[in-house]
Amino acid sequence: MIPGLARDLGAIVGAKHVREARAERVTYSMDGLPTHRRLPDLVVLPGTREELIAVVRLLAAHRIPFVPRGAGTGLSGGALADEGAVLLVLTRMNRILKIDPTNRIAVVEPGVVNAKLTVATRAHGLHYAPDPSSQSACTIGGNVAENAGGPHCLKYGVTANHVVALEILLSDGSLVEVGSASGEAWGPDLVGLFVGSEGNFGIATRITVRLLPLPRAIRTLLADFNGLRIAGEGVSAVIAAGIVPAALEMMDQSCICAVEDSVYAAGYPRDAAAILLVELDGRDPGAVEAEADAVVELLKKAGARSVRVAANEAERERLWQGRKKAFGAMGRLSRDLVVQDAVVPRSALPHVLETICGIAKRYELVVSNVFHAGDGNLHPNISFDATDPALKQRVELASAEIMEACIAAGGTITGEHGIGIDKLRYMPLIFDAESLGAMHAVRKVFDPDQQVNPGKVVPLHACREWVSANPGRKPGVLEHDSRAAARGQPFLAGTR
Amino acid sequence: MTILEKVRALLGEGAVLEAAADRVPRIAPGSPDAVALLLGTAHQEGWRVRIEGAGTWLQGDAPADIALTTRRLDRIPAIEPSDLTATAEAGIGLDQLRQQLADRGAWFAVDPPGLAGRTLGSIVATASAGPLRQGFGPIKDHLLGVTFVTGDGRMVQSGGRVMKNVAGYDLTRLQAGGFGAFGVIVLVHLRLRTLPRADITYLLEGAREDLTQVGEDIAAAGLTPAALELVSPALARRERWVLGVRLAGSPALVAADEAGLGAATGGRFTALRAEEAHAFWMRLAEGFAVRPVTFRIGAVPSASDELLDLLQHQLGDEWISASPAAGAIRWTGDATVDRLQRLRRTLAGLEVPLTLERAPWPLRSAVGHFGAYREGVGPLVTGLRRTFDPGGALVVTTEGE
Repeated sequence: MIPGLARDLGAIVGAKHVREARAERVTYSMDGLPTHRRLPDLVVLPGTREELIAVVRLLAAHRIPFVPRGAGTGLSGGALADEGAVLLVLTRMNRILKIDPTNRIAVVEPGVVNAKLTVATRAHGLHYAPDPSSQSACTIGGNVAENAGGPHCLKYGVTANHVVALEILLSDGSLVEVGSASGEAWGPDLVGLFVGSEGNFGIATRITVRLLPLPRAIRTLLADFNGLRIAGEGVSAVIAAGIVPAALEMMDQSCICAVEDSVYAAGYPRDAAAILLVELDGRDPGAVEAEADAVVELLKKAGARSVRVAANEAERERLWQGRKKAFGAMGRLSRDLVVQDAVVPRSALPHVLETICGIAKRYELVVSNVFHAGDGNLHPNISFDATDPALKQRVELASAEIMEACIAAGGTITGEHGIGIDKLRYMPLIFDAESLGAMHAVRKVFDPDQQVNPGKVVPLHACREWVSANPGRKPGVLEHDSRAAARGQPFLAGTR
Repeated sequence: MTILEKVRALLGEGAVLEAAADRVPRIAPGSPDAVALLLGTAHQEGWRVRIEGAGTWLQGDAPADIALTTRRLDRIPAIEPSDLTATAEAGIGLDQLRQQLADRGAWFAVDPPGLAGRTLGSIVATASAGPLRQGFGPIKDHLLGVTFVTGDGRMVQSGGRVMKNVAGYDLTRLQAGGFGAFGVIVLVHLRLRTLPRADITYLLEGAREDLTQVGEDIAAAGLTPAALELVSPALARRERWVLGVRLAGSPALVAADEAGLGAATGGRFTALRAEEAHAFWMRLAEGFAVRPVTFRIGAVPSASDELLDLLQHQLGDEWISASPAAGAIRWTGDATVDRLQRLRRTLAGLEVPLTLERAPWPLRSAVGHFGAYREGVGPLVTGLRRTFDPGGALVVTTEGE
């Protein structure tokens, strides 16, 4: 870091909002995924948009790369800053700037916590629909960067479906306004392009989101099954019937027991191989009741042992708390937890779940599944102890096999957690060099010198330009590939 | 060799169709690879290429060396009713796609303006949603991924075939509404819904102000219609303005919404028979392909009434359809360059974007599909165009002159 930088940054944001000491920086060396650790050179916490702009312009003048970060709840290593980069933590920029109940929109700063926006809009009979499990901590800015999902995205859509306009701060310190309050773009859909770009295009400094009316009637069902496959077939039956539940979540036995052993115990049956948590909502209680009855019948027909309807709001909240805190509950199983994320076609769920069980058995690992079954969005979670190198390697090998199984089933490598650094190595498995090259070229339009969140999302060594310039070398960027590492050789022999 | 001789050598005789009305050679590649081959060659040879679908929407009048039509890309490689997904080539007509999906119990819940045979690629490239945007969102919300060919012949895939996907940047959303400026869409992965088991349309005729109030009452009652469309008399071919309400879904939900509609509006609506409803929505869609100019503007619900007045004042009370609660107004009729440019400037002052959807080339090239960009947008659009069409082969007027 150049001399005096911390002082100059402190002059902008206040000295106490610049973290230089190693002990302070270590706090920011990880996100929600325990397998990656990067120590930033400096951590800066701007408190206002103007401070943030001044900070970015100062960094741009010195050509210092930077990484925007929200609450650090991400699960792909996306908000980690390498040595030589400055971490910009945006949690102090947490003002809700406007709530317009007539037009059902809100304008927020990036550091606003997801759940707080819904709390703030509830008085108007509205809510912000995307509800990641970390919603009590994660920020809207982080949600935008990752295109975050959540259980209720089955009916209401992911973050990209709810963001209508953005003010973006580019890496050179200039501002861009994209989208409009109506959702119609001023030109091409740059809002849609920006959402989910994982901080590679710039920082969203003002975010305009759609708000939805709170449902007037809700029914929450808990169904339990003797087998994962049967539960998966229950999911298919509901979807095929044309019913769109607000949420359709699945947990396997390992996860059920972890929750039931924790303070979040929800009354899930421990002897079940799987449970489905199904929520139906709408305007009319009678219609919701009729749909709930239909779902009960479909699940019983598919082989559910029993289906229970939450009797009241307290029981509903208890059932949901178990689901939303499942990741926390799994912390009891072991020292570390890898929360995986992949998506498969819904009809492939039963087959893929069995495949994952087989992989876990072969590598002698504890894999717990808790996921958005209605979307086919899997979260196989592997419990392990990262201090055991051999175990850690088995986790990486199993993770890779799980990804490959999902791709083979017609799926993809992430549905809501993003690529970050964790999944860079899998990108060439789903995109060819041409497509990766196109993505990289788009990034360079926004950030020509790759100053914002460098080294994330697109594996440069797999892009067409790199492959063309290095004939004879195998395309791909799996230098972290665990199987290659296990063989004691880099995947791309001679590339480094 | 002439351009046609080169194209025949490249793609075979079957790819060359009868020339367009302006004598521009019309080429119909038979596969995505053939599109890549053609555009790669066009890039090398310096040919200017205009993109066409079935020729039912955008006027085929842009000056070009060749017209690339996607009409032979009309296959549907996959329909997965149990996953509610499908993969279709860009040149398939919406009518054919709808029919094949319906045969499998699936529904692509969009009703764009234009004729029934309008191609999927055209609908995606222009992001033209119709009344169903009220219940099912804009076109981009129905897309899982696209494959497109850049102006220099590179084949790029984005997204995938699953319901959620955040792997890589979302180039699908860039293509949806890009008007072909960033490449030619060849393949589309669609998000479907099950064919609604109940689907009923109600109409109410009246003064615009009254119908606007009724629309607000419907929204306030928490009803979630599939469509809630305010239509001008000329477009609806009625004496007065019409508010169309379409309820679609499970019988229980539709029955509940019918009761709710009656309660919220005093039972003033009239239900249409199925064939009447079909004719009403079809006529509405087709009306926008008849007049020379069609554009859409984005308006928050509270500004909708004022903007309808503005359109009436500046362009006349032509054919208008609006989804006030979904923030969209579409206009079609005759207009001059001056009037459109003035309107766009006025709207920009009100923070309302105007997207020109179709118009004859002289008007289109002067006004542009887009314009009045907000701060910093222009350089990004220019950069993206250079990225995806480095030689400027694709004849698309993103911004006006």
